[in-house]
Amino acid sequence: MNSRKILPLVIPVAALAVVPVFVHSNVVLNFMVIALLIALVGQGWNILGGYGGQYSFGHAAFFGTGAYATAILQVRYGVNAWPAFAIGIAAGALVGAVIGFLSFRSGLRGSYFALVTLAFAEVLRILASVAPITGAGVGTLIKLDLRPISFQFQSRAAFYWVILALFALSLLIVRVIENSRFGARLVAVRENEDAARALGVDALSVKLWAMTISAAITAAGGCFYAQYFLFLDAGIAYGPWISVEALLAPIIGGLGTAFGPLLGALAVKLLGELAKFVTGDAPGLDLVLYGVVLVLVVWLAPGGVAGLMSRISSRKTRAAHG
Amino acid sequence: MAEALLAVANVSKRFGGLLAVDQACLSAEQGKITALIGPNGAGKTTLFALICGFLKPSSGQVTYRGEDITGRPPHRLASQGIVRTFQIVQPFAGLTVRENIAVGAHLHVASRAAALKAAERIAGEVGLGPMLDRPAGNLTVAARKRLELARALAAKPALLLLDEVLAGLTPSEIRDIVPVIRAIRDGGVTILMIEHVMQAVMNLSERIYVLAEGRIIAQGAPAEIAADPKVIEAYLGHDAANRLRGSAHVH
Repeated sequence: MNSRKILPLVIPVAALAVVPVFVHSNVVLNFMVIALLIALVGQGWNILGGYGGQYSFGHAAFFGTGAYATAILQVRYGVNAWPAFAIGIAAGALVGAVIGFLSFRSGLRGSYFALVTLAFAEVLRILASVAPITGAGVGTLIKLDLRPISFQFQSRAAFYWVILALFALSLLIVRVIENSRFGARLVAVRENEDAARALGVDALSVKLWAMTISAAITAAGGCFYAQYFLFLDAGIAYGPWISVEALLAPIIGGLGTAFGPLLGALAVKLLGELAKFVTGDAPGLDLVLYGVVLVLVVWLAPGGVAGLMSRISSRKTRAAHG
Repeated sequence: MAEALLAVANVSKRFGGLLAVDQACLSAEQGKITALIGPNGAGKTTLFALICGFLKPSSGQVTYRGEDITGRPPHRLASQGIVRTFQIVQPFAGLTVRENIAVGAHLHVASRAAALKAAERIAGEVGLGPMLDRPAGNLTVAARKRLELARALAAKPALLLLDEVLAGLTPSEIRDIVPVIRAIRDGGVTILMIEHVMQAVMNLSERIYVLAEGRIIAQGAPAEIAADPKVIEAYLGHDAANRLRGSAHVH
């Protein structure tokens, strides 16, 4: 790792960091917080799906576990929000390792893997909607205590910087993976698992680690969600909505690229706002729009926004040379 | 007789009602090229998969450096020095030639930079030097075969199993790659190869095993095998073999 590989990460993050200095609108900042949250959750998915080629439909399992662990530790056990946040991430990673072990060891790939992860997330959602510890149907409410010691902030800007820092950390993790032996093996497993095994790659262990890291990052998004909204129920924490957003962001933004999830999250969230504006907030229409955009991206721009941008820039350089 | 690096003893593989490999025995001697030939569907690739751990034998034993390795998973065998190539080439299509080879190099090298550097050197050895930054998916068949070879070499094998690396190549491409294989052997790597291109088999190998319908029906030096009536029969069928023998008597 050298500065040449880190610098392209620092500049966009620095540019994003100064946004609250100029923008004071709560609506805009809230929009940016949500987009960065989805980018973070999507970055988790991207490590397993984009780099590892294992498409999960159940990242809600990790998001929800992170969120519930953070909330329940505070509400029921009086744990401070900061360690609760860290334990939430660890709990999400553990759930990822367990689900990964069960499904990868049985040799599940492709659509079978996707279906099993979806099933795990749904089972957790149903359990959470009846278990007393999660507040069942009523949900879990974290007490309002707007002090940094409680991981709650007066200003939107502070929350914004926290989620930006988390996303920046995920960028760094992805960049380290990209330039490591583990990353090379992960991509090799995505491209051709048998060939990778023949070259000494322990495919099971590689996929398991990828799933654990992926789950930890997505769980961090869940922990942040709990602190930001201070309320959870089973449909929010373990609902299919977050599994869908987790995979939409990197697919639309650019699979297996560090900035794909951010580009995708911004594009999806902007479209969502646009849809609300056009349709007057008719329920479900944003989902229809997501579907249409997903079909268009997969059809016309399989590399996502990131792929489109590099295609345009290479065309420009070619035009400049020609 | 030189010491056998690999010994396959009475290995069988049954798929339901089909006995794909039946009590096969063979050995690969240290530092030599051993060939495995046989008609299509004889079970050669299955036998390879049994040696490399991609399939578990129904019975029998595979011994490597005197140690029983039967049924050990492929990645562990690779780190012990047994590396295979695939008959149907399996490139990491989305990666460049350099990145493809580096995956093999990573078996013994942790650093990314060092693995990429090793990949460059090996690409040069097999004649892929000018294509380092090309995506593997865009290569010609001949270049993909070389890439299979390069990736396997990068993993520093002691025993290299080549599954039809010459199939699908033009005669001039074969002429180019035969010396590469010989150079690998001269570098101290023991080779076991499945091959259909007889000219190359006769040219390269020191010992040949013939597999037909899952059984080893003949073994010996290239000249012995070429004259073995059982082998001719396996390839051409009973009648043709008899006719051939008949016409040999006439002349």
